[in-house]
Amino acid sequence: MSELAIPDMSLVVLIGASGSGKSTFARKHFAASQVLSSDYFRGLVSDDENDQGASADAFDALHYVAGKRLARGLVTVVDATNVQQRVRARLVELAKAHDVLPVAVVLDLPEAECVRRNAARPDRDFGAHVVQRHVRELRKSLKWLGKEGFRKVHVLRDQSEVDSARFVQEPLRNDLRGETGPFDVIGDVHGCRAELEELLGELGYAVERDPAGRAVGAAHPEGRRVVFVGDLVDRGPDTPGVLRLAMGMVEAGNALAVCGNHEQKLARALRGRKVTVRHGLAESLAQLGTEDPEFVKRAEVFCDSLVSHYLLDEGKLVVAHAGLPAQYHGRASGRVRSFALYGDTTGETDEYGLPVRYPWARDYRGSAVVLYGHTPTPEVEWINSTMCLDTGCVFGGKLTALRYPEREVVSVAAHEVWYEPVRPLVPAVEEREPTALALADVIGRRVVETAELGMVTVREEQTAAALEVMSRFAVDPRWLVYLPPTMAPADTHKEGPVLEHPREAFAEFGGLPVVCEEKHMGSRAVVLVTRSPDVAPRRFAIEGDGAVYTRTGRTFLPAPLTSSLLTRVRAAAAGLWDELETDWLLLDAELLPWNAKAGKLINEQFAPTGAAAAAALPAAVELLSQAADRGVDVADLLTKTRTRETNALGFRDAYRRYCWPTSDLDGVRLAPFQVLAAEGRAFHDRPHVWHLAVAAKLRAADPELFTETRYLEVDTADPSSVAAGVRWWEDLTAAGGEGMVVKPAANLVRMGRKLALPGIKVRGREYLRIIYGPDYTDHLDRFRDRKLGKKRSLALREYALGLEALERLSRNEPLWRVHECVFAVLALESEPVDPRL
Amino acid sequence: MPFVLMTLSTTARPATDLGYLLFKHPAKAQRFPQSSGTAHVFYPVAGEDLCTAALLLDVDPVALARNNRGREGYVNDRPYAAGSLLAVTLGSVFRTAMNGRCDERPELAAAAIPLAVRLPAVSCRGGAELAERLFAPMGWRVEARPLPLDPEFPEWGDSHHLDLRLTGELRLADALRHLYVLLPVMDNTKHYWVGEDEVAKLIRAGGDWLVAHPERELISARYLAHRRGYVRTALERLAELDDTPEEEVDEATDEPVVRPLAVVRRQAVLDALREVGARRVLDLGCGPGSLLLDLVADTSFTELVGTDVSSVALTIADRRISRLPDRARARVAVRQSSLTYTDPALAGFDAAVLMEVVEHLDPSRLAALEHVVFAGARPEHVVVTTPNIEYNPLYPTLAAGAFRHPDHRFEWTRAEFREWADGVAARNGYTARFLPVGPEDPVAGSPTQLAVFSKVTKEVAA
Repeated sequence: MSELAIPDMSLVVLIGASGSGKSTFARKHFAASQVLSSDYFRGLVSDDENDQGASADAFDALHYVAGKRLARGLVTVVDATNVQQRVRARLVELAKAHDVLPVAVVLDLPEAECVRRNAARPDRDFGAHVVQRHVRELRKSLKWLGKEGFRKVHVLRDQSEVDSARFVQEPLRNDLRGETGPFDVIGDVHGCRAELEELLGELGYAVERDPAGRAVGAAHPEGRRVVFVGDLVDRGPDTPGVLRLAMGMVEAGNALAVCGNHEQKLARALRGRKVTVRHGLAESLAQLGTEDPEFVKRAEVFCDSLVSHYLLDEGKLVVAHAGLPAQYHGRASGRVRSFALYGDTTGETDEYGLPVRYPWARDYRGSAVVLYGHTPTPEVEWINSTMCLDTGCVFGGKLTALRYPEREVVSVAAHEVWYEPVRPLVPAVEEREPTALALADVIGRRVVETAELGMVTVREEQTAAALEVMSRFAVDPRWLVYLPPTMAPADTHKEGPVLEHPREAFAEFGGLPVVCEEKHMGSRAVVLVTRSPDVAPRRFAIEGDGAVYTRTGRTFLPAPLTSSLLTRVRAAAAGLWDELETDWLLLDAELLPWNAKAGKLINEQFAPTGAAAAAALPAAVELLSQAADRGVDVADLLTKTRTRETNALGFRDAYRRYCWPTSDLDGVRLAPFQVLAAEGRAFHDRPHVWHLAVAAKLRAADPELFTETRYLEVDTADPSSVAAGVRWWEDLTAAGGEGMVVKPAANLVRMGRKLALPGIKVRGREYLRIIYGPDYTDHLDRFRDRKLGKKRSLALREYALGLEALERLSRNEPLWRVHECVFAVLALESEPVDPRL
Repeated sequence: MPFVLMTLSTTARPATDLGYLLFKHPAKAQRFPQSSGTAHVFYPVAGEDLCTAALLLDVDPVALARNNRGREGYVNDRPYAAGSLLAVTLGSVFRTAMNGRCDERPELAAAAIPLAVRLPAVSCRGGAELAERLFAPMGWRVEARPLPLDPEFPEWGDSHHLDLRLTGELRLADALRHLYVLLPVMDNTKHYWVGEDEVAKLIRAGGDWLVAHPERELISARYLAHRRGYVRTALERLAELDDTPEEEVDEATDEPVVRPLAVVRRQAVLDALREVGARRVLDLGCGPGSLLLDLVADTSFTELVGTDVSSVALTIADRRISRLPDRARARVAVRQSSLTYTDPALAGFDAAVLMEVVEHLDPSRLAALEHVVFAGARPEHVVVTTPNIEYNPLYPTLAAGAFRHPDHRFEWTRAEFREWADGVAARNGYTARFLPVGPEDPVAGSPTQLAVFSKVTKEVAA
């Protein structure tokens, strides 16, 4: 029995004359979906499997489908004669285009056998000469298949070989997904042996030495392993020493190493190839010159054997010397290796004559963490889940390791400048990118995976609408790390003089303890405040103190006022930085008064209504009274008009309560009610009383700016507690309050398997005049059939997206991952919903 | 139910004859169902010396909202302020009187009598001064007191409502026609969709007095809700009725006329693109596609791609492009993109145009635009136009300190534009040169400023 090895993800090309039994063979060894047969595709495009005139179209379609499979990394078998070189060339190209390996499997059976089989098939009406030609072409090709680009060639010469063949799928050399670590990934060493030994010590490894005292290995007591990102050699003072240590670790299974461009070149030089000796190769060659030849041979074999990248920890970690974009992870091709060793360049060179590197990490959108080196930078930093660990040790910088999965950075300083840099060290992203966001991150139909609600879908027209708002009106996306969800009102109260009542809100959270919070009639505000001016550039990649924005991402105040507001928030938060172990805070708040943001709306809609009503109604009452005095029968109309007058005055009083004059920050008040996030964590698992206690601390520090949010805890299972809640709401609204928000006391809760709404609003009778019109109280029944389903569903989806944004933010995920959620909230808000809800 | 209110009084003796003129008995209160609610007519005063008829329109906001679907918020002042609703009601409740017919007192209907009209809350966008301009030419004495938005907040100023009193000696029919036309004109909004029959209504009600009215263009424009085609038709028909020689009629709106500069600007951009020899051109922020349609006429542009962030604008542009002949259409396309998100599809063009775009971005987002256009898309040339704020004082209709468009986030002086452009050029490897667009003033410069950025071609080492 012969084993035919095929690499994972490969394109298997069957080669054989008509009648050689390829289809039977393919059926035996592969699933039907893996085999793409030219006959079948001819049938698909022309209704006739034997219509040779349809071959061109059939192969187009076959290649298209094969491409889709290879892009997914699926083994794909092409069942066609493939006896001609030009036909095979297209398949080799296809494999390369998807960075997978092509494999040839040749069924080189005797011509007579093929002819006999064809003759036995009624649908094959072509003569023996066709088979003859196939066999001739096949034989001619055989010895060139390797040269054509096939990585493996298996030839089966008779039926018994065909019958006994068995395929074995081999993982690629880069595929170490089963190795789950933990790892300590070390940046470019470049012959700095002393620093490497020191770093290994810092990382907790015990260095092993030979009798001469030379480090020949290192092991970690907890079984951690090192991954070298390549460029162990060249430039530095002791390349042989570094190799001795690294080789020992790799051979003992204590380390993995990927190939750097310097290992690649050193191996070539040691093999005696002609290479240009520069960039520190001369030092390595000189140092190795004093070593014994056996060691040099060992070094050559080691460098030559290194794989260009590794896929580790179930595909969650990729290590490649110069980094690797997502579509190359786990793939094998010349260009994958080239990228992994040399990175991507723009084709331009800088003023030092060095190639200008293309910032691939900026566009990286993969889920795997990519760790790499190659480009020295003064400080490591995360860029879209990637990190460059080359901190220029040989140039006098430091040698850096990243503990994975802990994501802790460990560095030791260079002992001296071992090699003068050609150009000064520059940060990985030279200047702060004004935006690292791409259009493809936000537009089109999007599905955002949320922890609390699974997939949330946003339709294309919704993202299209949001793109305009986000681009033209919103604050910089680096500040816009969260948008609050819309809030649904309580189910409509079925009788009596009110449309909304606490009873329905308590029923919503049936049995759970809830907190009733006073609803401030202002504008929802998200406040991002930093502890000091250096925080935002470091944490949010933007200059500034923070931001204060509305629920559609717009700024509230002109820049200088925002700045003074943030200064006051920062001062008030002085006690919170240490308590919450953070140097920035994201707060959910209400900004008062209403007219601070809604001034235009009030002056164009609400106040004119009040003004017109206040002028017309008393005049009408007077005229009707005169007519009544004359004996004209207008009694009914007069009564109605008097009621209307009362309603209109009530309407005016309703909005007046939420307005007061402001001048700059004077009169502006902030009512925070939730701490959304701080460094490394979100707070939706803390009960609301905790959040309100934080708000109280802010208020204690600056009572002029911060306003109290009154609240009452209610046990919805206890009738007397519920009654107290109802009374509390009645008192609140009778005194002119907008109403209250009922929230689950524990904050984020599930009711059974369902995510509970974060809050339900219960608005007061007088307040609702602003929403439903001055006279709505005379026609309550007309409004009772309002539909709440859409609003509630929207509120829940936006809530889940907001939570997801906060979780991603607290995990320090790349900006685009956070923005994706925030953008989706804004996009959902373009959904038309009854604005009165 | 909300309502609107108007009173009409006369002191012509016997004043109670007003009842005959209006066809409404002074001793009764009457109801007239309307599509928007119910109209009530009653007489608070009916004496020999003074008779006052009151028209009260009880508006049904639900019916109104149905007419109004999606066009306005749920709470609005329409139910309280006299406007087009009241005009429609006048036309129906007092139709006979408006036609000048009075079988009982024909001589009274034909005579000018002392009349007083009061509208305690009438919407007038343009204030007391506009009310004066509209009513005074027909012989009305106008007393207009603006209603404050809210007496508790004097700093908010006045609302667009007036307490309006009109007095004069006029025929009742004329008075009613004046109100019928001018109530919606003052309000400058109609509660219903303006169709072509509105032209006929305007001519019918205004034919005899509007021809000589000094504000007839404004009246036509507002009455016909600024629908240009209708306005033109109406003015032409008014001109036919008029004895005075025909005048040139153009841009019949009360907005400042800016179109010619737009044409000059597009030509300047076209010239700049031709000069640099661009063939594949991006129009970033193409709006409804006016520049694209100009460019497509020149076949030296082989590929034109317009982008805009507004899907509404793109829909209009798409529709205009779809009317082009096949061969022209094949060279133009529009798609949604944003100047603050990188878009690889924008790379590789000969030139990009940012015509009147930068001033619509907050200054803090200009760096993002710079990154997307100059570092990301990196066309060979970039043509940018933007207003020159120094020129603004030369626009008589533009208030001091105001920008030319409410959405402009800033407008630059020539020096400010240069500073920005030179910085962009230096940071991204471009050179910038500057051109004036439009009539040049020796001090203020040209109304529009234009910069052409060209990429510095660098020797690329192998």
